[in-house]
Amino acid sequence: MRYAALFAAMAFVTYLPRALPFFVLSGRKLPPRLLRFFEGFPVAVLAAFVTPLILAPGGHLELNLSNLDLLVAIPTTLVALRTRSLIAAVVAGAVLMMMARAVN
Amino acid sequence: MRDDAGPALGEEAVNDVTEPNEVHPRSPDMTWRHGAREALPIVFGYVPIGIAYGVLGTAAGLPGWAVIAMSVVVYAGSAQFIAVSLLASGATAVAIVATTFLVNLRHILYASALSPRLQRMSRGRLAWLAAELTDESFVMISRVIGSRRTSIDPTGAEAGAGGMLPFGLVAGLQGTAQLSWVAGSALGVAAGSFIGEPARYGLDYALVAMFLGLLALQIHGRREVAVAFTAGLVALGLRLLGMGTSGVIPATLIASAVGLLFVPPPGRAGDDLPAAATSSPGSAGGPR
Repeated sequence: MRYAALFAAMAFVTYLPRALPFFVLSGRKLPPRLLRFFEGFPVAVLAAFVTPLILAPGGHLELNLSNLDLLVAIPTTLVALRTRSLIAAVVAGAVLMMMARAVN
Repeated sequence: MRDDAGPALGEEAVNDVTEPNEVHPRSPDMTWRHGAREALPIVFGYVPIGIAYGVLGTAAGLPGWAVIAMSVVVYAGSAQFIAVSLLASGATAVAIVATTFLVNLRHILYASALSPRLQRMSRGRLAWLAAELTDESFVMISRVIGSRRTSIDPTGAEAGAGGMLPFGLVAGLQGTAQLSWVAGSALGVAAGSFIGEPARYGLDYALVAMFLGLLALQIHGRREVAVAFTAGLVALGLRLLGMGTSGVIPATLIASAVGLLFVPPPGRAGDDLPAAATSSPGSAGGPR
């Protein structure tokens, strides 16, 4: 029961930021400039997530060859660009990381 | 089938801006299926990460049902990983809930950006869609919007001009994504003792690879390069200063503001539009 109450509270605080903008903003006419601003979000979010993950996987900057997260990122990105397929990129990334760790 | 036809179809549907039946209203059933198909790349990212989460959750001492239940009711990847480790370290419930709130606050950005693109729908449906909004589903939905913009609304600037998302499409995409997350979690719980350390299999890298792939496929012009560069730099700086996932929020806001500098003056074709248009013949050429 302890878990049920905890998860309910976690679900509530997670749901608020997901739902509030829907109820406040949807169906409204927003200024074009704001919409243009929103258009930057997908790319910005992705870059904001992935950059620290590959450049500072341990919380500090690791620009060296023993940083596997960074090393594997290069062929993974190339696979994505070459195949235009996200699934190919995901599979390539996981497989290459497994191989890199096995070698290390 | 997933290995050959499935992925190719999913990619094609995302990129193929000329598909005419996207524009016209179609049966709800079709839009659900279309949405589910668009979610396929997410499935490939979520199942392995879900397995990793299930394994770690079990290893942290949570009962299997609780590990899976969290994926059903909370459904927020990074927050769930953090919650599991906090539970294992004996943190108080208040600390766990507060951390969850901070980590998940970034969804306010996604919901804000999506709301002008949602077709008029009941509050119940809005409430439903809000429950399954994640980083990945937001980005995938944005890609669908992007492909529609080039086909029906070349200016793209105005909400309501065509690139509006029907409920079924979003619900199908997000429902499929959550299903795969819950299934992955359950697999991880079931296989926990066999698998051991998930990192050994590269499972933990699946989401990084998906972010990299999504990013690589979304960069079409100078504006995207500038936005990505700024966001990456700010997020990296904040991480080095000790900030966690919530660094995504300031990074996204600052980078998107920088992106506004690249908005072309009226009367000239958009910087991003020719790029988006030229990207379509390439992708329409078919997957290799």
